[in-house]
Amino acid sequence: MSALLSLRGVSKRFGGLIAVNRMDFDVGEHEVLGLIGPNGSGKSTTLNLISGAFPVSAGSISLRGQAISHLAAQEINRRGIARTFQLVRLLPSMTVLENVKAGAVFGHRRRWGNEANVIAEAMLEKVGLAGRGHMTIGQLTYIDSKRVELARALAGEPRVILLDEWLAGLNPTELEEGIRLIRSLRDDGCTIILVEHVMDAIRSLCDRCVVMAAGTKIAEGTPADVLSDTAVIRAYLGDDDA
Amino acid sequence: MTKLSSRDWGNLSLAGLAIIVAACLPWSAGAYNLTIGVTIAMYTVLATSWALFSGPTHYISLATAAFFGVGAYVTGIGIQHLPYWSLLPIAGIIGAVMAALVGLATLRLSGVYFVIFTLGLAEFVRQIITWSQNISGTKGIYVLTSINEADIYWQLLGLAALVWLIGWLIGRSRLGFALRIIGDDEAVAKHSGIDTARAKILLFMVPGAVAAITGAILAPRYVYLEPSLAFTPMLSFQVVIMALLGGTGRLWGPLVGVIPFTFLWETISASFPNQTTLLLGLCFLVIVYLLPKGFVGLIDALRNRLNKGEAWA
Repeated sequence: MSALLSLRGVSKRFGGLIAVNRMDFDVGEHEVLGLIGPNGSGKSTTLNLISGAFPVSAGSISLRGQAISHLAAQEINRRGIARTFQLVRLLPSMTVLENVKAGAVFGHRRRWGNEANVIAEAMLEKVGLAGRGHMTIGQLTYIDSKRVELARALAGEPRVILLDEWLAGLNPTELEEGIRLIRSLRDDGCTIILVEHVMDAIRSLCDRCVVMAAGTKIAEGTPADVLSDTAVIRAYLGDDDA
Repeated sequence: MTKLSSRDWGNLSLAGLAIIVAACLPWSAGAYNLTIGVTIAMYTVLATSWALFSGPTHYISLATAAFFGVGAYVTGIGIQHLPYWSLLPIAGIIGAVMAALVGLATLRLSGVYFVIFTLGLAEFVRQIITWSQNISGTKGIYVLTSINEADIYWQLLGLAALVWLIGWLIGRSRLGFALRIIGDDEAVAKHSGIDTARAKILLFMVPGAVAAITGAILAPRYVYLEPSLAFTPMLSFQVVIMALLGGTGRLWGPLVGVIPFTFLWETISASFPNQTTLLLGLCFLVIVYLLPKGFVGLIDALRNRLNKGEAWA
């Protein structure tokens, strides 16, 4: 599998704190990669580095062999990397349709006018919100607001989608719906990097996992392999000797 | 650009008709009413163009006086060397370039730095002109032309029509949509592919150019131009207050604020000439606390209540 997205020696320092330390991994086309690890291990910071929210302190990130780590967030988005946020961020003064249209108008594949509306409607249908484009953000349930954010990310037809704890905070029924939705994206051939704590989702959705602890990669492989890795179990549960 | 609906054509026709009616004022009104008309037209242009940028982005610009003063001085200095009509586009270009430079320096920063910078800008330019006048030994400039109050009024009305047209076109463009997204959440805008700095700078050039042209048009009215008059910070604050009073959510919003505030200000200036600043501050507080979305918000709320009432009926 050829690498669509590659991280080489990527580090991020905040003053004296090393949040991400020399991360290396590849994501192949149509692959779902799980980025897992205990709280504070640097997963979301890694997503922020890939999406351009923060500049890297060292190393390089490339998309299809072209370096993107020096680019601003908007340019990275235009090159084809879209994201959702750990805490849902919607545009409160706009309708559901306009929220999704934002991704269609300015994202990787830029559209305008009726064409953008058609794409936005199609994305709403894909995430299970068909016919709700007229609603205001305040009328949405928690899972529906997450669906809108996901639809916005999808509307630009990105090459890679970064989902930052998209399943967090959902009740068991919603969780099943959420996993089904992400699985449908995988079946459509989307390339996804999934930061997640829900292990059932990791097992059922990811082709491969990268495990982080204290800013460093400690394991990489299939979900079954990494979840039985002693270093991973120790990172999650702590050391018996401690 | 999307196609025009019948509603768009209706709104455009209505706006055109309103401008034609307003253009008849110099023939039907006396000298005092024409003076009020000029003031209303001036603040309508300034507040509407201010709202084009500050409305969607929520960046409060206090730079109106800086652009206005520079425009006035373009006429003041240039009238001796160039035809009057050539000075208006020159003022517009200088205002737009100034706004672009200010935008490049400040719009990458958060809103509060922008507010402080723009407030300081007018004072900075005023001090430069005062200093250069002290060096050259001149104290002010006479702007002597044959342009009368009616000419000024018609020019301002034409400029207002142009500002509304620009605002209407921006509202239907990608740039207008981008600015609404920036106003809601700048981080989301960036991660949706919007070059936020470029969009903000481009739009900030509009009020910069318009305020400079307004200053250039108004200069003959002052006859004698000096920095304290051309760069008065009161102008920047009044423009903000009028735009907020009307509401920035609609293109016609600032106009709804300009008309009552102009009459209120006339009364305050006549009855309490020594307390104007105090009363201006009071107006600001009343608007912020009682009408945070201006008259436009009030009208929308009433309309929603009426619609709900109909739904229940």
